[in-house]
Amino acid sequence: MKPALSIILFTTIAGAAQGMVVALALATLAGMAPATALAPLLWAATGMLLVALVASFFHLGHPLRAWRTVLMWRTSWMSREVIVLPAFIALVGGWALLATLAQRDAVAPHWLAGMAIVGAVLLWYCTAMIYACIRFIQEWAHPLTVVNYTTLGLASGFVTAGALAVMAGEPGFASDIAPWALAATALAWFTRTLSLRRNARLKPKSTTQTATGIQAARVVQKSMGMTGGSFNTREFFHGASAHAMRMARTGFQVLAFALPILLLAWALLSGSALAWLLALGSQAAGLLAERWFFFAQARHPQNIYYQAVS
Amino acid sequence: MNPVQPAPETLAKQLALVIDLNVCVGCHACVTSCKEWNTSGAAGPLTDLNAYGERPTGTFFNRVQTFEADSYPDTQTIHFPKSCLHCEDPPCVPVCPTGASYKRKSDGIVLVDYDKCIGCKYCSWACPYGAREFDEERKVMTKCTLCVDRIYDELLPPQDRKPACVKACPTGARLFGDVKDPDSEVSQAIRERGGYQLMPEWETQPANHYLPRQVTRSTAPQAQPKFRLGDFLKGEPASGKHKPGSGALEKDAR
Repeated sequence: MKPALSIILFTTIAGAAQGMVVALALATLAGMAPATALAPLLWAATGMLLVALVASFFHLGHPLRAWRTVLMWRTSWMSREVIVLPAFIALVGGWALLATLAQRDAVAPHWLAGMAIVGAVLLWYCTAMIYACIRFIQEWAHPLTVVNYTTLGLASGFVTAGALAVMAGEPGFASDIAPWALAATALAWFTRTLSLRRNARLKPKSTTQTATGIQAARVVQKSMGMTGGSFNTREFFHGASAHAMRMARTGFQVLAFALPILLLAWALLSGSALAWLLALGSQAAGLLAERWFFFAQARHPQNIYYQAVS
Repeated sequence: MNPVQPAPETLAKQLALVIDLNVCVGCHACVTSCKEWNTSGAAGPLTDLNAYGERPTGTFFNRVQTFEADSYPDTQTIHFPKSCLHCEDPPCVPVCPTGASYKRKSDGIVLVDYDKCIGCKYCSWACPYGAREFDEERKVMTKCTLCVDRIYDELLPPQDRKPACVKACPTGARLFGDVKDPDSEVSQAIRERGGYQLMPEWETQPANHYLPRQVTRSTAPQAQPKFRLGDFLKGEPASGKHKPGSGALEKDAR
């Protein structure tokens, strides 16, 4: 598949915002929410979700008709996502408002924190199922897709929460959640590695023989029927070399997982603000590369029909 | 992940194409007639971009591709027309968030309501066959309609109420009809000539079927008489059935 920038931005930014909301909600439930930074962090999460929402609109041919997307929630995961996303934004924005008004007390009702966690998990599930429900994109059609959207969101959310807490002048909260951020990043690396290993072993179910029904040991395409390309050649081929794919695969693992783990360990030991900011920057770049790779690695069976120009 | 979906509704009628790979010669007449009909319809033109440039590209509902099977000296060239297969369980329909993609209950045609399409392209991801093409100018997803604006048009003479591709095919490689009617031309062709579906592994149950290419064996005698120049110069026939000058045509010419 050809990775679309709008979807890469939408899924990574929204994922990090969801993770940050989960981090703040868990901290609230545990009674260790940041006193002064809670409201700014919740506003930051709301802002990130809005930015993600705007990014998603750039994927549409007719953005003004987007309201129609809520109609098919019975069958379409995209429709469900479109319903859950604004509801989640309203929830987080409402909590941010509440936290701002009740600033000094910094007590958020526990039911609100609980609902925020449920909303974040629901949104991860809907987003991931958009991809996981397409049964013939074998790289995606697996529960690990849902697991990874959740773990990657959690990791980036905890790191974002820590880094923003440091910037908001609450290093205490940052050092409280540093072990959690480290654990979440390690967990995300583990689950993402599982899907990388699974995808490396995948054998495509569709072949040129099943795609054409021609029963012969050797069937090769001699012409795809056009010379100048079509939607089929633009949308489903990423065009990157095998070398670039290997670089992206190694690169995102270093930037999103390995480096942040080292930096978070440094932050944990020294309480360094710089370590948090570097971890945030490194992981953000790494997760953008990860999401690019997620799309690029998916081999669509329609590509069998578009192998040779002439 | 395969969430349990309700079994597809079985429709009483399912219009479809049956494509005979034995007789398709790869002339692309179906491609151009499809483009001509559908770019002239009420739904608006099918975009052509850079039409006179180096890399012309545009929206087509139908493509003819060419495949080569087996190895020399048994190589077969197979021309392979491909359009929407109007699956009985179309994976592109339930994923559509707006309901713009739908399958008609009355005749099983899978259609896009261009006024409801938001151009998110998700349905094209959910089609294993690459049957859908996004129109870059109209910004909506488009696909084969089985010429729904033609096959029911009572202003046309009955023999013309067929998809444009079927009408255009010079070799009669494209049959059109109801695959649920056991007595229809298409059902008989599928039954008697081994009609098959594409990518059966995904259980989409395409309505369109393909008739397999049969390798034709030569009926000529396998042992050809050996030609010797000396015999030919002497006027003696080679040790076979055929004598030069004994053909009916040559007799008549005398």
